[in-house]
Amino acid sequence: MKPSRDQKIWMYEQMHTSRYFEECIEKIYMEGKSPAFNMAKGPIPGEMHLSNGQEPCAVGVCAHLSADDIVTSTHRPHHVAIAKGVDLNRMTAEIFGKKTGLSGGRGGHMHIFDAKVNFSCSGIIAQGMGPAVGAALSRHMQNKPGVAVAFLGEGAANQGAFHESLNLAAVWKLPVIFVVEDNAWGISVAKSASTAIEHNDARAAAYGIPGHFIPGNDPLAIFDIAGEAIERARRGEGPTLIEIETYRLAGHFMGDAEGYRPKGEKEALFARDPIPKMRQQLLDDEDWSDAQDQELVARTHARVDAAIQFARDSEYPAPEEAMEKVFV
Amino acid sequence: MTVATKERKLTIARAMAEAIAQEMRVDERVFVMGEDIGPLGGVFGNTRGLHEEFGSERVRDTPISETAFMGAAVGAASDGMRPIVELMFVDFFGVCFDAIYNLMAKNTYFSGGEVQVPVVLMTSTGGGYSDAGQHSQCLHATFAHLPGMKVVAPSNAYDAKGLMTAAIRDNNPVIFMFHKALQGMGWLGTEKDAIVHVPEESYEVPIGKAAVVREGNDLTIVGITSGVHHGLKAARQLAERGISAEVIDLRALVPLDRATVIESVRKTGRLIVVDEDYQSYGVSSEIICSVAEQGVPLKAAPQRVAYPDIPIPFTPPMEQWALPNADKIVAAYELMEKHS
Repeated sequence: MKPSRDQKIWMYEQMHTSRYFEECIEKIYMEGKSPAFNMAKGPIPGEMHLSNGQEPCAVGVCAHLSADDIVTSTHRPHHVAIAKGVDLNRMTAEIFGKKTGLSGGRGGHMHIFDAKVNFSCSGIIAQGMGPAVGAALSRHMQNKPGVAVAFLGEGAANQGAFHESLNLAAVWKLPVIFVVEDNAWGISVAKSASTAIEHNDARAAAYGIPGHFIPGNDPLAIFDIAGEAIERARRGEGPTLIEIETYRLAGHFMGDAEGYRPKGEKEALFARDPIPKMRQQLLDDEDWSDAQDQELVARTHARVDAAIQFARDSEYPAPEEAMEKVFV
Repeated sequence: MTVATKERKLTIARAMAEAIAQEMRVDERVFVMGEDIGPLGGVFGNTRGLHEEFGSERVRDTPISETAFMGAAVGAASDGMRPIVELMFVDFFGVCFDAIYNLMAKNTYFSGGEVQVPVVLMTSTGGGYSDAGQHSQCLHATFAHLPGMKVVAPSNAYDAKGLMTAAIRDNNPVIFMFHKALQGMGWLGTEKDAIVHVPEESYEVPIGKAAVVREGNDLTIVGITSGVHHGLKAARQLAERGISAEVIDLRALVPLDRATVIESVRKTGRLIVVDEDYQSYGVSSEIICSVAEQGVPLKAAPQRVAYPDIPIPFTPPMEQWALPNADKIVAAYELMEKHS
């Protein structure tokens, strides 16, 4: 499956938005955290897991989804949330802990919910898989269109929830796609030290469903394979497992010294940064100019800057609002 | 002139199944999933007849994969369905608690109320039939301790039907705990007083409202599920000595109806809490603390009759020795009086 010019530009724009968003968050995160690094300080407190480098996974999959389709994501969710169309102002405000945030500051960066576009994420490994299966079951039972996509990291493939969810989705033949973002590291432990096989797509065979491995962090290859899997699910032919080789250009979280990485790994990853690569592809293969490129970049920056300004300008919730929304 | 109403006695199992069937008939979104809840009708009988009436789409036998199907219940509920999911024994929560207390209980809060998770999780509790410590626990406090889930636990069939109906209609996750010895399954040694008249028409018992099941002036006995029946038996024994005990059935742990308990203890000045869950950090301490915090004048130190802090043993002499019963409640009353 090949993307149209518009789809390519859409993917490219989402990648830029996501990357610039993370770069801004990275800078702001450090405000108030020096000279001594204290996670609780500054306008963005708490853990922060940046998605720099993993943008192709988000855009290659979400290019095939509408707001009506369901996505569950992980503790590293920003790129997927942006590609799924989550309200950027309210998401940013949520990350800042503001009243205007998606949950009024109750969830923060690991608990982003935007019901309007059926997006959610959560902080524990493989946790979104069961809910994705359930959402797919819901669509199946209601005879409503829509597929569910569960994003997960490669470390999640060693969780019980991974295997249980694959089996349940397969035995009930549900419209769900499991997308493994393999960034090679589970915090500091290499995939090779934690996973008995090289690529998790092989595990699909254990549940009698198709499995695909996509090398090279390539948005076009992801678009192709994910598109086929999503179409298959929409036709009612059941789930698919996809593992994508991607790169984590940041640490596991902000403050991670990344001492576990072999020398030169990071430099090699940056040399394969998917964003400049896609820019070149657009210039080479499509009717795309430097001027258009600059305009797109400026547009994404303006959008992100506005979201950050919205978050900064927003009020904090009253502390006692913490007592609300436990039940509805 | 009195109108004779025909008694229609049902077990808790039958009452639960009836409530579920009635809601399934009027609400397409309601469905049931869990282990052996299909053609078998549930190991504890509470889905009997449902598969026959509604078929395997809406009454779904699952693989033995609690992590996956609890998670799926959350996802389906968030997408507009109203799943009733069975955790066969509450003891099995250990394999799937993440989906329960980190997702089911928190998604509403973390979405600022945008996402509703109307799941009913029904699960069996309790021992007394030598099933040992992985199939006999109550774990009331474990669930009630964690915010974001309502917790109900009926002591009789009338409440079971009304609480189940209310739970299914509730837009929040509700943990519905049913005690095996009250279930009406002959092979589990049924408590006959749990089998009561149940109206055929649909009705709700409000979640979070305790019931005064016996009025009295000298002592308040508070219990839930099996504890209520022990309390009623103890009250009858005490009555023979001229002591008038009031018995309160909490019916729900979340929200907890503290007001009804406090009002009763203000009247009686004496409090015994009965709980088949482990004693420490449990329901019994929460009830006593709730009374103490209000400064209710007491005529004697409150007592608790709860399960000792040990894994539940298998052999009948040990298990029966450890379980709460009416004699222990009477003994607790005697101790109160000795010390007051």
